[in-house]
Amino acid sequence: MIDFDTLEKGQPIGTATIRVNRADLVRYAGASGDFNPIHWNERFATEVGLPGVIAHGMFTMGSAVQLVSDWAGNPGAVIDYQTRFTKPVPVADPAGSNPSDFEGTAIEISGTIGALDAEARTARVDLTVSVEGTKVLVKAQAVVQL
Amino acid sequence: MSINPELAGRIYPAQDPYMVGREKIREFAAAVKATHRAHYDLDAAAELGHRDLLAPPTFAIIVAQQADAQLIADPASGIDFSRVVHADQRFTHHRPIVAGDELVAELHVDTVRPMGGGAMITTRSEISTVAGELVATTVSSLLVRGEDQ
Repeated sequence: MIDFDTLEKGQPIGTATIRVNRADLVRYAGASGDFNPIHWNERFATEVGLPGVIAHGMFTMGSAVQLVSDWAGNPGAVIDYQTRFTKPVPVADPAGSNPSDFEGTAIEISGTIGALDAEARTARVDLTVSVEGTKVLVKAQAVVQL
Repeated sequence: MSINPELAGRIYPAQDPYMVGREKIREFAAAVKATHRAHYDLDAAAELGHRDLLAPPTFAIIVAQQADAQLIADPASGIDFSRVVHADQRFTHHRPIVAGDELVAELHVDTVRPMGGGAMITTRSEISTVAGELVATTVSSLLVRGEDQ
């Protein structure tokens, strides 16, 4: 368990890498009910001006919070979570690869304590979420009840 | 077709309840690569004080997007779904969602801001149990790109 009184603003909570391939996007589409074809059909994605199939913003948001759940020890302690989606996460489908076991796009996640509320005993974790050095989420913040 | 500015302030009442199932929690958790045992195992959830499997922090998006679908499908809204981009998202949990919850969402269209030929629409889903207990509030901003964007 995290001891609230030992936490300091600016303190890192850890890092994680989540990998996403085309099979992951199909799985997320089915699980979430979000079947927008830009997340699974290359032709449609390029016809609407995207570089190709991109991950659901909610896949990125949903997988990035794992770092916070692990740190808190209880995913139910995340009482508030928000982000802006600023850049698409392209998910390639290289010739000759198997879309189910291709290593896919690496989403790099790191978190630091952004704010502490001693009265409410909550910590705000600020997440940095990037792909190849470009931030794909902005103002990704999770408030954890400790 | 342009976005109807008079959408702001509109409320879409709750539709049929969404029954949160254990298998759906397991399926959704696997899909976002969430590994905590409380999403999969009843004993692990109980150890943390949850009365059934615990939903991951973004699970409420399923209910929120079903509510948003009413607005998008409303012919009066003028929204072309193929031009919608998810711009931002927030979840506020009044208590964790667990398997067995029967949830309903009341959809509020909070703001409609014209942008270029399109608009930024902010919606809020007030998600509660069928018994009236407020469980989560979700806020989504949807950018509807104009014809020339």
